[in-house]
Amino acid sequence: MRSPSGAWGTLLRHRIALAGMVLIGALVCMAAFAPLLAPCDPNEQDLYHVLEGPSKSHLLGTDDVGRDLLSRVIYGSRVTLAMGAASTIFSATIGVLLGLVAGYKGGVWDMAIMRLTDTFMCMPALVMALAIVAALGPGVTSVVISITVLAWTGFARIVRGQVMLVRELAYVEAARALGASGLRIMFRHLLPNVTAPIIVTVTLALGGNIMLESTVSFLGIGVQPPTPSWGSELRVGYSYLEVAPLFSIAPGLMITLAVLAFNFLGDGLRDALDPRLRAEGPGPG
Amino acid sequence: MLLEVRNLSAHLMAGHGIVKAVDNISYDLDEGETLGIVGESGCGKTVSALSLLRLIPSPPLVVSSGRVLFQGQDLLELGDEELCSIRGNTMAMIFQEPMTSLNPVLSVGYQVMEPLMIHRGVSRTEAMRECIGLLKMARIPDAAARVHAYPHQFSGGMRQRVVIAMGLSCNPRLIIADEPTTALDVTIQAELLDLMKQLTLDHGTALILITHNLGVVARYADRVMVMYAGRVVEQARTLDLYRTPAHPYTRGLLESVPRLDQDLRQRLKPIEGQPPDLARLPGGCAFHPRCPLAMERCRNETPQLAPVGDAHEAACWLGGAA
Repeated sequence: MRSPSGAWGTLLRHRIALAGMVLIGALVCMAAFAPLLAPCDPNEQDLYHVLEGPSKSHLLGTDDVGRDLLSRVIYGSRVTLAMGAASTIFSATIGVLLGLVAGYKGGVWDMAIMRLTDTFMCMPALVMALAIVAALGPGVTSVVISITVLAWTGFARIVRGQVMLVRELAYVEAARALGASGLRIMFRHLLPNVTAPIIVTVTLALGGNIMLESTVSFLGIGVQPPTPSWGSELRVGYSYLEVAPLFSIAPGLMITLAVLAFNFLGDGLRDALDPRLRAEGPGPG
Repeated sequence: MLLEVRNLSAHLMAGHGIVKAVDNISYDLDEGETLGIVGESGCGKTVSALSLLRLIPSPPLVVSSGRVLFQGQDLLELGDEELCSIRGNTMAMIFQEPMTSLNPVLSVGYQVMEPLMIHRGVSRTEAMRECIGLLKMARIPDAAARVHAYPHQFSGGMRQRVVIAMGLSCNPRLIIADEPTTALDVTIQAELLDLMKQLTLDHGTALILITHNLGVVARYADRVMVMYAGRVVEQARTLDLYRTPAHPYTRGLLESVPRLDQDLRQRLKPIEGQPPDLARLPGGCAFHPRCPLAMERCRNETPQLAPVGDAHEAACWLGGAA
């Protein structure tokens, strides 16, 4: 196993991944310091100045009810990133646990969990997301639930495959011979050995989940007004595309940038953590 | 008696039928005694040891009959939890591949501490103190600093010392060492075997030493069990076995090893042929196709272990006269 500094080094030399990291850092700062960065209250309406172009007081112009677009885009990052992160954490937890059990236990467990995964995978994502949100009622919680339900399958499959490779290795047998229980083997011995693919999948899933959240919000059943989110901004802005193009371009660009940033980082991580590139050999001693 | 194995048979369910990996073997082991199990690759040495602790997943392995009495308990009747409390605690195992039997993502210290934390329920700090002691005992230099190192920072010999420390951590009554030094170079092999022997002597630990190296057995084992095609073909005290080998297979093994006291111009005599496919064993004595002394009877009837001397048994129709 390569030392963390080695993987870090590869990652930092990977220009695209570095760009992704910088972008993600900027987005996270934007979300964290939204109240300081935003020039106006994102929900303050000014019905005398609607759909205006860029000006000194409103750098990106105003929306259909005269709210400052820049402030709404800045605040929108909070909702979008938080929902992306929450749904990724939940789906990763579920997927990793199920994958671990399926890969380690094998047999009936593996069969049952993998058929369940197949079932979820063959459902069209968007239709499922819409159905779940429709059933639970629109809102942040139901969007997170629907994305979680759709996104865990990728984790389960990857973890299961990796665990099946690792569990045949001598040190797992050695751990069993030293009296380690099944749970201990799964969490102490197998899980740390499959973290690299999990990290890559988490990063790539973040991008995908942000995209899915934006899609659901764009269709109007996600985040509800007046809470700003890029997807819902885009949806309203879309109706005024000809009058105020920035209204839809700004949130659209943000979605693109966010998804791209996570995908860049994910690709970089995949290269940095690739076991084939790991220099393995005995050290001194 | 520490360990009594009686009529242990283990079958592997292979695609096309049953493979008798271990066929009806029995042996005893006293406290502090060292038993060597020798034989060619694939003769059932490892399976016979792994099935003591039910370490081979079932299926494909089925321990079809027999009893394994360890400290008076039949291990084959125990539940998983009870078995876990014996593994690594009173009976430990040392594996053949020092390069792969350590987990690459856990520090060596943690891996030595783990059995202590599992079986003794000691705190981390306590376990860490004992771990440093164990690593010192396994003669790892600068143990206190190296507990936090990872396996890839150790050489093969050092890793095997860690593996030995892991096996000894709970002060087991019996250690099963499966080809413990095969992957290491010769000078380190001798050093580690000496260390292991010394440690087992110090602690009065019994040792089952599985190897294909007769030299190792001669030096370290009190008694030897020779296996062929899943069966025990000869069992004796080490000296008796080397002085008066009773089974043609044992003799073949001994003649195929170079000796210092032998004429340099004399050629080594290998045993002709290959060990048989366990799924298609020849009838009668499994060794007869390769045996220079095979008779008609050997083709049809399977010989059982029979005494040929004091505490010396062989499974051959020729008995001690071979």
